[in-house]
Amino acid sequence: MSDVAWIGAAVQAARPQAVAALLRYFRDLDVAEEAFQEACLRALKSWPVNGPPRDPAAWLIFVGRNSALDELRRRNKQEELPEDDAISDLEDAESTLVERLDSSAYHDDVLRLLFICCQPDLPATQQIALALRIVSGLSVSEIASAFLVTEAAMAQRITRAKRAMADSNVAFETPGPVERAERLATVAAMVYLLFNEGYSASGGDAHVRLPLCEEAIRLARLLLRLFPSESEIISLTALLLLQHARAAARLDANSNIVLLDDQDRSLWNQQLIAEGLVLVEKARRLSQPGTYLVQAEIAAVHASARVPADTDWQRIDEMYGVLELLQPSPVVTLNRAVAASKARGPAVALAMLEPLEKPLAGYFHYHGVKGALLKELGRKDEARVAFNQAISLARTAAEAAHIRMNIDSLSK
Amino acid sequence: MFYCILCYNLESEVEAWSREKEAAMLAKRDQVTQRLAAEGRLGPVGRLMPTTTAVTVRASRETLILDGPFAETKEQLLGLYFVECRSLQDALTVARDLAGDTGALEVRPVSTFYPGIGLQ
Repeated sequence: MSDVAWIGAAVQAARPQAVAALLRYFRDLDVAEEAFQEACLRALKSWPVNGPPRDPAAWLIFVGRNSALDELRRRNKQEELPEDDAISDLEDAESTLVERLDSSAYHDDVLRLLFICCQPDLPATQQIALALRIVSGLSVSEIASAFLVTEAAMAQRITRAKRAMADSNVAFETPGPVERAERLATVAAMVYLLFNEGYSASGGDAHVRLPLCEEAIRLARLLLRLFPSESEIISLTALLLLQHARAAARLDANSNIVLLDDQDRSLWNQQLIAEGLVLVEKARRLSQPGTYLVQAEIAAVHASARVPADTDWQRIDEMYGVLELLQPSPVVTLNRAVAASKARGPAVALAMLEPLEKPLAGYFHYHGVKGALLKELGRKDEARVAFNQAISLARTAAEAAHIRMNIDSLSK
Repeated sequence: MFYCILCYNLESEVEAWSREKEAAMLAKRDQVTQRLAAEGRLGPVGRLMPTTTAVTVRASRETLILDGPFAETKEQLLGLYFVECRSLQDALTVARDLAGDTGALEVRPVSTFYPGIGLQ
């Protein structure tokens, strides 16, 4: 591999930890980012000659901090600069730094860096864009293409989001356990949103948005390495892996959605599934189930079925029941109804839909599910009404095409 | 004499590898393992799942189960087992049975496994 390529991978991997530590040191995101950029430039010069450092993150933090201090002094014109010689003693300094990094501080550093991207005043897409820019280090043009907007528009959004962030007061002290748990929950929700941005894409843009899913998994793994016994972080990682494992089977050659039952399960990524299943089991040992664990359990049931008929719908029905208690919402009940129709029959499921009619009147999937249940019960005319309602609410061509197929099958 | 060759790297960096880089790496190792297999001197080979899947059984007065990889740098890696288990719980039971009075056993699921050829 060329120098640039391996340095690229090392720098990308070290980025969250390095920028987070520099942020704690300088308490200013712009200074921290500039310091990191400068350290990367120096790495490009130094590493091909001296070989890669033992701990790239520690090297980048150390060099970044020194170069930013130089820059600040230069601006203040208070003293003459020590040039690159000042860091000649790098090996020694690096090892003391590594010791300090091993202490728990950097866990909270990285969490803080992710947390400041989650400003509650910012719309979700801006939080995600900010995290991709700052934590993952994607370029503005990469983020813009993933969100299907122009580069200029995305640059403007990120600038605005950064301004909102600078105005907020994020504590730099080590957080207490309650605050840490709150931060983790907020950050986990952002990572899940990021994943769904990529996952819910369909049609021509699906391929472009897949990297969002991969980036979300990378962030989930990063969080999990930092907080290895947090049940909900384990579960979130499992959930993302199990859903992403189906990516190759979810769309057909024309980018139409392929329903779970019709997916070619040989295209499912068995390595991701195996890892997801282990994580579900690990999370299960830890505590009362949280919302991510229950969702991961559901994904695990699907992932474990070699053919659709093997699916344990009764367990899925039960799990949605638990989710209804933990996180009551009409959409969860709708999902439960789908599971119930398989486990207990379409009549039971149809009865579960009744209280949802008002809250989900404008929801595509509600009418789609209702139509399918009515069709199963042989109530064709009512099914047609529901399907027509669904088509009027379809957001993508693929969704509409799927419903049209259902309508066609009614007249057979 | 049998030798065990252990692979170390920065996990977050390996995750950041491109698909091409990953494939090139595996192809290179494949060449070596195929040669060793042809010579009848390749034992079991396994790639481990990420450390985030690890659970550690630590022996002390009572055995403790810790969620996470083994992390005590003052202890050294002294041996390893490949065991087929129905579940993580099953693997933890085996590790508990193996546990001595001191030390730790890190349980890591294997993502790819080749039984190897020829070693007796």
